[in-house]
Amino acid sequence: MNDLLVANSVSKSFGDFKALNQVSIAVPKGSIFGLLGPNGAGKTTLIRIINQITMPDEGAVLLDGQPLKPEHVRDIGYLPEERGLYKSMKVGEQCLYLAQLKGLTKTEAKARLKYWFDKLEIGDWWNKKIQELSKGQAQKIQFIVTVLHQPKLLIFDEPFSGFDPINANLIKDEILQLRDEGATVIFSTHRMESVEELCDHIALIHKSNKVLDGKLNDIKRQYKTNTFEVGLESLDRAKVISEIQDKFEVLPATFRNLNDDIKLNIKINEQTSPNDLLSFLTSKAQVHHFVEVIPSASDIFIQTVKNNQ
Amino acid sequence: MNHLPLIIKREYFTKVKNKSFIVMTFLSPLIMIALFAVVAYLSQLNNDKERTISILDDTGYLEEVFQNTEFTTYTNLNGLSLDDAIALVKEKEDYGLLYIGKASSLDDVSGNVKFYSEESPSLSVISGLELQIEKRLKEKKLELDGVSLAQIEASQTDIEIGQESFEGEKSSKIDNVVKLAFGGAAGYLLFMFIVIYGNMIMRSVIEEKTSRIIEVIISSVKPIQLMMGKIIGTSLAGITQFVIWVILGGVLLVVVSAIFGIDLTQVQTPQQEMMNQAMQADGTQAMAENLITAISNLPLTNLIIAFLFFFIGGYLLYSSLYAAIGAAVDNETDTQQFMLPILMPLILAVYVGVFTVIEDPHGTISTVFSFIPFTSPVVMLMRIPFGVPLWQQGLSLLLLIGTFIFAVWFAAKIYRVGILMYGKKPTYKELFKWLKY
Repeated sequence: MNDLLVANSVSKSFGDFKALNQVSIAVPKGSIFGLLGPNGAGKTTLIRIINQITMPDEGAVLLDGQPLKPEHVRDIGYLPEERGLYKSMKVGEQCLYLAQLKGLTKTEAKARLKYWFDKLEIGDWWNKKIQELSKGQAQKIQFIVTVLHQPKLLIFDEPFSGFDPINANLIKDEILQLRDEGATVIFSTHRMESVEELCDHIALIHKSNKVLDGKLNDIKRQYKTNTFEVGLESLDRAKVISEIQDKFEVLPATFRNLNDDIKLNIKINEQTSPNDLLSFLTSKAQVHHFVEVIPSASDIFIQTVKNNQ
Repeated sequence: MNHLPLIIKREYFTKVKNKSFIVMTFLSPLIMIALFAVVAYLSQLNNDKERTISILDDTGYLEEVFQNTEFTTYTNLNGLSLDDAIALVKEKEDYGLLYIGKASSLDDVSGNVKFYSEESPSLSVISGLELQIEKRLKEKKLELDGVSLAQIEASQTDIEIGQESFEGEKSSKIDNVVKLAFGGAAGYLLFMFIVIYGNMIMRSVIEEKTSRIIEVIISSVKPIQLMMGKIIGTSLAGITQFVIWVILGGVLLVVVSAIFGIDLTQVQTPQQEMMNQAMQADGTQAMAENLITAISNLPLTNLIIAFLFFFIGGYLLYSSLYAAIGAAVDNETDTQQFMLPILMPLILAVYVGVFTVIEDPHGTISTVFSFIPFTSPVVMLMRIPFGVPLWQQGLSLLLLIGTFIFAVWFAAKIYRVGILMYGKKPTYKELFKWLKY
């Protein structure tokens, strides 16, 4: 059993509106799983079903091979997109309360809070009220509360919103460390650069249906177009370009480079190997830049959504 | 996992530690007592004001009718002309002049009585004087017909109808007053409690929505647990506040009356004084005795037990609806349209209680309304002092509990969906749809 969380053909309707249609996902243990999709696709509904906030109409969700039951609340840490804290409650009291709701004893919670408060250097906030903190500071508290009970499964919905780049990085490192310590992470966001950086697996939900699913690298391989980005230096630009155009499919390219040289995207067919292309190019001009174009998560996202319109 | 105690504890302590709650708890009785002391003090000042009323009686019928009392002195100006008398009264700055003009017979007197004064006299003074004159004239007329004063006195009989039920249970008029007071107090207390603390629950639900903490919480606990925790925690805070009010109010009342030397039981206004004088005061002592018997005649055990059950049942029924409203809306201004259907039956219950139960505690209307769950707590509490058969109480309570369970189910549905809905104010139609989610 390598998947910590499995959702089997989960469907959910609100009145006439079908929020999820037969969606299945499998989240491998110890991975960071990106749950992507345009606004209103049904991500939040799926996350709420995993958290047992809403019940699915059809299908089942298994955590560690067992159907979800109320006790599983302890095994999940959830940072919702719509998040907040009791404004007039003191930081310490509030953290203790929320930790106890997750099943920690008071002494356990205190010890772990001390660890986190020291780690993030916020020990002097203990007696402050939430309303005295800045938004970013409150977010830090929210993050601690989410991970405090050391859940097997962590669900972060837009975890970086409200953080400055420094703190966003800090939280990102914490998430990676938690993963290394064995936690499994479901990560929902619209920021594709963080998907690129963090996720091992992704699933894309669009209009209530899952449209894409798998290892990020596999998906990228699937979506790659055998295109290479090249930068060449030659005295006779026009001749070189036309010679390349005769043999390959060519598009103009833009990238940053030190020389003002020929920048092209060259697509090769199945029979041609990258080496063939490279040796052809070296015979024609000076090669400064030769990179395979790998589709970004953002490209894949946009393309898939468009294809499924 | 049962988090209910934890939630109750948090709700209770956040309420109790809230500054405005503390201020309200300790300031309200102070304000009430201060107000009471001021009123008592002022009425005492009023009492101390002595007034002199001059009498000019040209008929001679009304000699010795007006006896001086502690605060009112009567001067007889007989023999003066009306103009002289007015001038004199004006000069002496008396309260006023009562003039009884010449009359040929006793029947003519009625049109000839006038009261002259600087300012318009108080209603109670005038009616007091009227009562005294009427009484004397009646006596005079009877005397003319040959009935002596002694006979008149002897003819006075005081009737009090002893009431007894077929089962031999005795009661009296004063009993009924006491029953009304107990029932009314219980019903009104429940009404106030529901309105004050129901609102508090609603606000606390809205607060969780606006601070966006709700989703964090319900990923740990079931919404219904959160809702029940809120209701119970807030109610406990409410009970705490009530108890403090009663204790503090009681202590302050004693202290204040000791300091200012106001005998609160003896605050008597001049008008009461004059009425008593005219109407032959009832034996106050006898009344006090009656009062004690009346209270001991009440079905006290029944009353207390029924009070607990109906109070809790009624309160929980309404507060779960308040919680549902809080969940359905985003801010307090949006609550108005949903408040009306809650307040209507409550107010109706109080009206039915006040107007119908007094008239006929076991009449059709009172009985019916003491069965309808939304009005039964208030109306039944008002009826019980008059003795309600146990089967009726039981049935009504059963209906109440049934409705309560239904209301909690209903509220929990709305609550569960509503707490995650942001943005727009739902319509009744949408609320109904939520039930099916």
